[in-house]
Amino acid sequence: MNPDLQSHPRLAPGCRLGENNQQRVLLMPERALRLNGPSLEIVQRCDGQHTVEQIVTELQQIYSKAEPQKVESDILGYLSLLQEQRALDFA
Amino acid sequence: MNSAPTAPINPLALIAELTHRCPLHCVYCSNPLELQSRANELDTQIWSRVFREAAELGVLQADFTGGEPLARTDIIELVRAARIAGLYVNLITSGLPLDEAKLDALVAAGLDHLQLSFQGAREEIAAEISNTKSHAQKLRVLEWLKSRRVAVTLNFVIHRRNLDQLAELLALAESSSATRVEFAHVQYYGWAFANREQLLPTRAQVANSIEFFKCAQQRLSGKIRIEYVAPDYYAKYPKPCMGGWGRKLVLITPSGEALPCHAAKIIPELKFENVKDRSLREIWEFSDAFQKFRGESWMQGPCKTCDRRELDFGGCRCQALLLAGDPAATDPVCSLAPTREKVDAILKAVNEPSAEQSLITPAWLYRPNPQHSGPLRSSIGVDDGN
Repeated sequence: MNPDLQSHPRLAPGCRLGENNQQRVLLMPERALRLNGPSLEIVQRCDGQHTVEQIVTELQQIYSKAEPQKVESDILGYLSLLQEQRALDFA
Repeated sequence: MNSAPTAPINPLALIAELTHRCPLHCVYCSNPLELQSRANELDTQIWSRVFREAAELGVLQADFTGGEPLARTDIIELVRAARIAGLYVNLITSGLPLDEAKLDALVAAGLDHLQLSFQGAREEIAAEISNTKSHAQKLRVLEWLKSRRVAVTLNFVIHRRNLDQLAELLALAESSSATRVEFAHVQYYGWAFANREQLLPTRAQVANSIEFFKCAQQRLSGKIRIEYVAPDYYAKYPKPCMGGWGRKLVLITPSGEALPCHAAKIIPELKFENVKDRSLREIWEFSDAFQKFRGESWMQGPCKTCDRRELDFGGCRCQALLLAGDPAATDPVCSLAPTREKVDAILKAVNEPSAEQSLITPAWLYRPNPQHSGPLRSSIGVDDGN
């Protein structure tokens, strides 16, 4: 189930960025996710200000060499995964 | 202290058993039978140093537990110290010694995640299991949590006496701000081992509960994360206890002993180091207790050559001691274990028609508060070897 493009994702209570052995991680209840380049770019924009569509547009600019359609589907897939982990609220 | 047979990876979580004092007296408490008194508890400064050492070692999360961690008068300072050290702070609580002001202070000090335990869906069963009137207060805490920015998990320990309340327990979670729920079948150590005959579910109950959780997980996907801990006596293969011995977790007791798991003190040949004497890194890398069952060199058959040994690490060492009398044996719950028949005999007794749920309240052995703890060991036939 893909998130609505006009919704504003925000990290849920108890979910925040952290660092471990020079590696950025997303900390959440009983779990931590390693963040690489693109996943960190996405999570940093889950601030309740950006819409899903804006996140897609901004990452398409950062990763301009990649197929825009592929960037969009990767982002939607990653946001769904974070939602399943209950790491996001959508306003 | 031994030199490392295999270089250990860093632990990910620190379980801080801040105190054994608790207003509840749950019949399945995971604390040892020999409870530590308030006089022996580590002070604020030593805990703060341990949090810094943990973060430097690569630990991500601190689990504040007990007893009841809120029984510590310095709990706000401890939360702040762990958070400043760089740890993610979990508080596992009964919610009893809590009011709105204290909750606000905890959140302001940096509490990330609060886990509230429930003993059942109604006052009657909660009181029977915890020997305390506590249910109404827990419902109040749930209300207060709705307006605070902190992650909430509801912890439900499930067993024969409350397995018929799963739907009610889940409804309670859905009416709250919880984003995560743990339904954990009782694991049989310490007080739970002493009360095992009354707590073990029947085969039919276990099958129903698995079906229930499958449906619930599907229905609530994206809303509430539902975690399920199986009753391993009914399992085909053992649980990867603690994610492997000395591999992911380190537990500090109220007096500062560093243990690889909650129950490790029952294993007679282990010698534990104290954080008062050594750094957490030294203990993690070199202490005998952590080295003893790390890696695979200690394994016997059938674990030694089993394809699953990297998945379950041979199961639980404490369970091997309790049920097979040898902490290096294959966990007796494993279907491949030479001692599996002991577990089957226990389950057979539970599933005999005569043992089906009776109307009479069982004769529970309640966990006392530390100052009241007496020589209970001999009376319940568990030798912890100390």
